[in-house]
Amino acid sequence: MNAMLAMRLRRLRRNLLVRPRIDLPLMAGLLLLAVVGLATLFSAADGTYPLVLGQAARFALGFLLLLLVSRVPPAVWRNWTPWLYAGSTALLVVVAILGEGRGADRWLDLGVLRFQPSELAKLTMPMMVAWYLHPRQLPPSWKDMAVVGVLIAVPAYLIGKQPDLGTALLVAAAGAFALFLSGVAWWRIGLLLVGAAGMAPIAWHFMHDYQRGRILTMLNPESDPLGNGWHIIQSQIAVGSGGVFGRGWMHSSQSRLDFLPEHTTDFIFAVFSEEFGLVGVCLMLALYAFIIGRCLWIAMEARDTYSRLLAGAIGMSLFVYVFVNGGMVAGMLPVVGVPMPLMSYGGTSAVTLLVGFGMLMSIHVNRKTHY
Amino acid sequence: MKLRRTLKDPHHEAVVFRRRALVGFVLIVLALGGLVARYVVLQVARYDEFAARSQSNRIKPIAIPPARGLIFDRNGVLLANNVPAFRLEVVPEQVRDMDAMLARLGRVIPLSRDDLDSFHKQLKQSRRFESVPLRMRLTEDEIDRFAVNRWRFPGVDVVPYLNRRYPLGPLFAHVIGYVSRIDADDLDRLDPARYKGTTHVGRIGIERSYENVLHGTPGYQLAEVNADGRTQRVLQIHPATPGKNIYLSIDVRIQKAAEKALDGRAGAVIAIDPRNGQVLAMVSEPTYDPNLFVDGISHADYDALTHDPEKPLLNRAIRGVYPPGSTVKPFIGLGGLELGLRKPTDSVLSTGTFYIPGQSRGYRDDVRGGVGVVNLMQAIQMSVNTYFYKLALDMGIDRFSAWMGKFGFGRPTGIDLDGEASGVLPSRAWKTRRFKQPWYPGETVIAGIGQGYWAVTPLQLAHALATLAGHGIPHAPRLVMATQAGVEAPKVPLPNPPSGPSLVTNPASWQAVDQGMQLVVNAPRGTAYGLGKGFPYTVAGKSGTAERYSRRSDAYDTNKNLAYLASRHRAWFELFAPAEDPRIAVVVLLEKGAWGASSAGPIARKVLDAWLATQPNPPPNTPLPEAGSAAPAMPVAAPTPPSPAVGAAQPAGASSTSAATDGVDEEMQP
Repeated sequence: MNAMLAMRLRRLRRNLLVRPRIDLPLMAGLLLLAVVGLATLFSAADGTYPLVLGQAARFALGFLLLLLVSRVPPAVWRNWTPWLYAGSTALLVVVAILGEGRGADRWLDLGVLRFQPSELAKLTMPMMVAWYLHPRQLPPSWKDMAVVGVLIAVPAYLIGKQPDLGTALLVAAAGAFALFLSGVAWWRIGLLLVGAAGMAPIAWHFMHDYQRGRILTMLNPESDPLGNGWHIIQSQIAVGSGGVFGRGWMHSSQSRLDFLPEHTTDFIFAVFSEEFGLVGVCLMLALYAFIIGRCLWIAMEARDTYSRLLAGAIGMSLFVYVFVNGGMVAGMLPVVGVPMPLMSYGGTSAVTLLVGFGMLMSIHVNRKTHY
Repeated sequence: MKLRRTLKDPHHEAVVFRRRALVGFVLIVLALGGLVARYVVLQVARYDEFAARSQSNRIKPIAIPPARGLIFDRNGVLLANNVPAFRLEVVPEQVRDMDAMLARLGRVIPLSRDDLDSFHKQLKQSRRFESVPLRMRLTEDEIDRFAVNRWRFPGVDVVPYLNRRYPLGPLFAHVIGYVSRIDADDLDRLDPARYKGTTHVGRIGIERSYENVLHGTPGYQLAEVNADGRTQRVLQIHPATPGKNIYLSIDVRIQKAAEKALDGRAGAVIAIDPRNGQVLAMVSEPTYDPNLFVDGISHADYDALTHDPEKPLLNRAIRGVYPPGSTVKPFIGLGGLELGLRKPTDSVLSTGTFYIPGQSRGYRDDVRGGVGVVNLMQAIQMSVNTYFYKLALDMGIDRFSAWMGKFGFGRPTGIDLDGEASGVLPSRAWKTRRFKQPWYPGETVIAGIGQGYWAVTPLQLAHALATLAGHGIPHAPRLVMATQAGVEAPKVPLPNPPSGPSLVTNPASWQAVDQGMQLVVNAPRGTAYGLGKGFPYTVAGKSGTAERYSRRSDAYDTNKNLAYLASRHRAWFELFAPAEDPRIAVVVLLEKGAWGASSAGPIARKVLDAWLATQPNPPPNTPLPEAGSAAPAMPVAAPTPPSPAVGAAQPAGASSTSAATDGVDEEMQP
């Protein structure tokens, strides 16, 4: 028995390290992204190591989880999906009741481990939508769309209430992409968008004062020189002064002189833009586009509806990260807490992203066999 | 469902998905193209502008915290002040090795354990580019020594600030409270934009409940800084709007007299103007020095305060709850009249023990053998339990608690302080909630003399007494009388309209209770006879001696040792004056007092004397207060015409006082 177990463990280790069952182009893209992210972080942290080492450790954990997750077939994930979704939603409820955190109540303290259930929801949400649509006739009927709407709305509302508008947006988008990919008729999508536009004034009414403030500040940064307006102005100066070719690595004066707040987390892309200029920005966005495209490719080759929708939704939600963070840094979108994937310092989102890509690897391995 | 399954077309789905994924990808690329366009605008089209701004980007906005509003008493005596001081601040981001730096700094400027503890705590909570205070209130000497060594400590600087001082210290600790350093919990609660640059926030008392008024709005300056972040030149200043000043309705002179009269004994004194609910004095003893808390109290001081058996941090006036004893009798008596259960002249025979019909347990009078036949006025005068036992029983607990609830018992009074206790108003609903048990008639009987489940705060009793004294018109107690935007600006009074209609429908009922309370103080068999002697206005009062423990046997306790009694009794006294048209209502509580009248009564009288001394126009034709009382000598005839505020009330009050007292005295002769 013991020998058997030892043998299996050995085989697992060998398989993980020597013959990982992964999609090489996607993996290469992710590794490149991680390296660029660490290099930028090193510069943003004034050439000191503590932040970089911490982030590297998280990446190591993330890639290890990616390899582990890629060994679990999508069918297993599908069976677990309702439980995972229910579990993460329950945790969100618990956080809503007794959460603790700085400013926003989004952390759950498990004694040793402090943990953010909303991160979990970023994965369980597209899984749940895909699980629900998997056995049903597609494109979905109004009724199925309504059910999916509720599945999306409950966790998104709980997260938005924390208040964490950025994560709520990411979670809702992941669910919505799954619905979009299932082939909802265009006229229905149009109707929904018109409805959403009609809801905007109502949403405005329910927002926190500070959330409204951020939107107003984005429209007129000079009105709030001490708070977010300062972030936006300084971030734009950093980006703009980078020019076409940038000031070069480790030469970002804005963050060095401490004019750019949060330059290792939410505004790290401003540091990157200042150092590498428009050329760097275009290459970086191309790299993200490549990763998203590769995810969609994997989705197209997937074996069943569940895998397809899940892979597509994960890939497309990466776009939301990039667009919202990139837009925020360029003063085009309001300041919300959405990190730049694998660039912003801060652990949990990087780990969540990599676990998600692990699922994509698993879907890739279990793809349709071509005859 | 089954039908649908059969209709599912995997091939078609895959085709649809493929189309959707392609469309989605095209849209994504377009959106990223839009993003690139924005970066082209910033990095190419506006490159020159931003490059120039980056070059000249040496200008930082620095918040200017507003000066906190000052606090005065009703006559403008300063109670909370801002004193210029200097503190040491550290910007964590500019310090390479924090521990080594602190060790080196400790050799230049002494840093205590407490300083370091609170610094490390705040360090964890603040962002790296925001400065964290390390040492408050630097001396001149320390500032000089640091100035010489400043080059060795990048990221450390001496910063001027305004430090809160409470000149009268302990005297107002339980009213004004204190400010203290902002901590992690506050950061969650406070608006970061309004508190930028602010280090202190109102923690308790007026400082907390009027935080929004006192705080003000921050301004900012645009300052040119060098690469170390040190300010080189201030370019532009947008000044802060200071917080508003606050005028308390408390008069320092009355407050001082009350504290002096308590003389360190654990207890509370509250004086309220019944005409408007303004608090004239509010003392809780023992007390503490609020200045200790402003910059973080040391562990030793804090331990001393929290381990003191007398609990100096407890605000007995609003948080201490005690059985009210006989002080509730006037309210119950008024209820008997107002509910139509009694006429003032209805009398009861006091035999020394009262029995509920059909029950064997006896409920005692204070005087063994009873005092004979008494009406309402006499029952209040001599505090005859039997009268109120019977009245409470006739009222029944439901009407009893409904009536007493109108005076505010059993719920916070709504004073402008946080943390008031609710106390307990005995009622069927309360007992069900608390014990899940039915109500027994015997409990109604003892509720009639303020014992049993009763629990009131001194403030609740003072509020009820002020309501009674104000002819039944309730006003929520108020500590703050007016606000003022800067010392030059006019004072803006805070109105305090009645919180409800008058509780008294028949003025005769009120007259009867008022008369009974006058007898307490002014008639020979009154429990506090002599207390009003030499006072120019007629005083109406009521004593209360509440037992802390239940009687365990039928034997009479004959131990008359005062210290022994004090350990078993809570002593209360309540009074108001002038009796006909009251302008002050006073409640005194002694946690350990032998008897209400003899222990607490004299304290209330001293408060009254202090109040009289503050009145601009003492009544004419009245004897001088006795030697030793706080009131100064008064002119025999007032030379100036009375002020309009008190003038109307005075002649009527003075003349009718004597008439009423005389009449009652005659009636009282055996």
